[in-house]
Amino acid sequence: MGILDMPPGKIPQGEILFRGQDMLKMSNEERRKIRGRKIAMIFQDALSSLNPVLSVGYQLGEMFRVHEGMGRKEAKAKAIELMERVKIPAAKERVNDYPHQFSGGMRQRIMIAMALALEPDLIIADEPTTALDVTVQAQVMDLLAELQREYNMGLILITHDLGVVADVADKIAVMYAGRIVETAPVHELYKRPAHPYTRGLLESIPRLDQKGHELYAIKGLPPNLLKIPSGCAFNPRCPKAQDICRTEVPPLVPVTEQDGAELTGRGSACHFWKETIHG
Amino acid sequence: MAEEPKKDAADVTDATPSVSEVETVDAATPEEAVAAIEAPVERGEPILQVRNLVKHFPLTQGILVKRQIGAVKAVDGISFDLYQGETLGIVGESGCGKSTVAKLLMTLERATAGEVFYKGQDITKLSGRALKAVRRNIQMVFQDPYTSLNPRMTVGDIIGEPFEIHPEVAPKGSRRQKVQDLLDVVGLNPEYINRYPHQFSGGQRQRIGIARGLALNPEIIICDEPVSALDVSVQAQVINLMEKLQDEFNLSYLFIAHDLSIVRHISDRVGVMYLGKMAEIGSDEQIYDHPTHPYTQALLSAVPVPDPEAREGRERIILTGDVPSPANPPSGCRFRTRCWKAQDKCAEEIPLLAIPERFAGQDTPAAHESACHFAEEKDVVHAA
Repeated sequence: MGILDMPPGKIPQGEILFRGQDMLKMSNEERRKIRGRKIAMIFQDALSSLNPVLSVGYQLGEMFRVHEGMGRKEAKAKAIELMERVKIPAAKERVNDYPHQFSGGMRQRIMIAMALALEPDLIIADEPTTALDVTVQAQVMDLLAELQREYNMGLILITHDLGVVADVADKIAVMYAGRIVETAPVHELYKRPAHPYTRGLLESIPRLDQKGHELYAIKGLPPNLLKIPSGCAFNPRCPKAQDICRTEVPPLVPVTEQDGAELTGRGSACHFWKETIHG
Repeated sequence: MAEEPKKDAADVTDATPSVSEVETVDAATPEEAVAAIEAPVERGEPILQVRNLVKHFPLTQGILVKRQIGAVKAVDGISFDLYQGETLGIVGESGCGKSTVAKLLMTLERATAGEVFYKGQDITKLSGRALKAVRRNIQMVFQDPYTSLNPRMTVGDIIGEPFEIHPEVAPKGSRRQKVQDLLDVVGLNPEYINRYPHQFSGGQRQRIGIARGLALNPEIIICDEPVSALDVSVQAQVINLMEKLQDEFNLSYLFIAHDLSIVRHISDRVGVMYLGKMAEIGSDEQIYDHPTHPYTQALLSAVPVPDPEAREGRERIILTGDVPSPANPPSGCRFRTRCWKAQDKCAEEIPLLAIPERFAGQDTPAAHESACHFAEEKDVVHAA
């Protein structure tokens, strides 16, 4: 999104290609045109990401006033339309309400409406339902999926909930200590994880549909990002760690079938991915 | 012991006819009451019996002259039994009164009405020595390990503080040793006794909270969302620890959480709450595999299952709207405003928590207590 505070944050290397253009090389003005219009973001905590002293209608309309140069009246009409799109009942009456007058689920809908306003190509949703109860979470995820189909958008869903991912995602990337440790299509990942961390995660969650025995617990704690262990960052917690894991950082390599047949979209950053997936 | 267990016709007429009658203990003096509290309970016998428990928080208006203009009906007549050695899970969405139940059982809040019988004594009416004895036996593990530990006390002081109030459990000289034993029991290094809470991670802090709960050798531990603030990988460690401790110390848990998967994992029986009332209660298999209350079904169907294969096969019930305000709950059945089965009867009559008539006397897992006029069995957890 290019909204990381710099300084202190900085991106020492790498590139972010959006439609072939490196966003990191763009000027602020150029990025501003993409931000909100082409790539929009839904934040985790709707209450603190909405301005409490402005009405939701004003905040929604801001998208149109700033990006499209619309007038006040027009922007408000658009805001009402958006609120109807995300199924907020009585949108017309509620457009002048303030964020605190809405429930958690409704606020998250407003956040979604705001992200959708300019019909972007890509939406980044950072834990969009973490603060919500399950029944409301189901409503919001349902809405998000419906709108995604309708507008034909890409969606990057950032979450810690493996259940939500299984429901929504097509492809998954698992991160650990700042690196992607495994990528896979959703069905593949849950069936045959190719990284010990993914496997541990999947085994450590209790299941609704079956009464488990003792839960598998990944030993130890997530690492301190100031002191990432040498070699593979997961090695101190990994049941399979060998000497090579403590010295060499494993690259993200393509994962294949036992006979060498290609598995599309699969990669693992583990020295022993073969043993993990096939063994 | 002078008192005799005397069978009283307990007053459970209105809300829940199918919960068993309470064997009350008449204790004339505080000594008798304490003796009754100290008496052991057989495994599988009820240790805590809650009857028609009500807690209303008054809403007032006016600055000089306060008038009550209404009440938040946080808990509005719930009844259940907790058996010795079992784990009873309580689930429900935010604001349904789960945590208020925990506080009432701890007598941190005084109930507006209703009774809580601990070994036959109504703890809502106890005071003085008898109440102190009850509090020793019912301990609590709190939700947020970051705010429930005093940052200016060492771990040793935090875990040892219960001994100051109940010195009979550990005489002064042996306290340090006792605290170190407790640290060892919950899987922390006993040498950490002089450290401060900020030197520990979230999972370790929750272990400290558990050690504090265990300090007085309680019989019941009330856990209010004990793992919801922890990472998944750490959550599993704490859950495993709690299961181990239950076997070791023969504890009864009342496990309050909003995460239905965790509750299924740890509980023997589960109660589902909605807006201050119990919607359904039964064994974990009855609730999860054979739910009969529409709210339970909707709640279960909304939980994402970490299995992408299930996403096509499972039926999803998406509820409309939000939970109504407990200050002004709907008439009749409280769930009717969001229920797809609601009919006129639901607005007029409050459904009782009882085994639905159509299943009564049958030997099916659907025959468990459910507060719905139109209870029907429906498996929403497994893919069709």
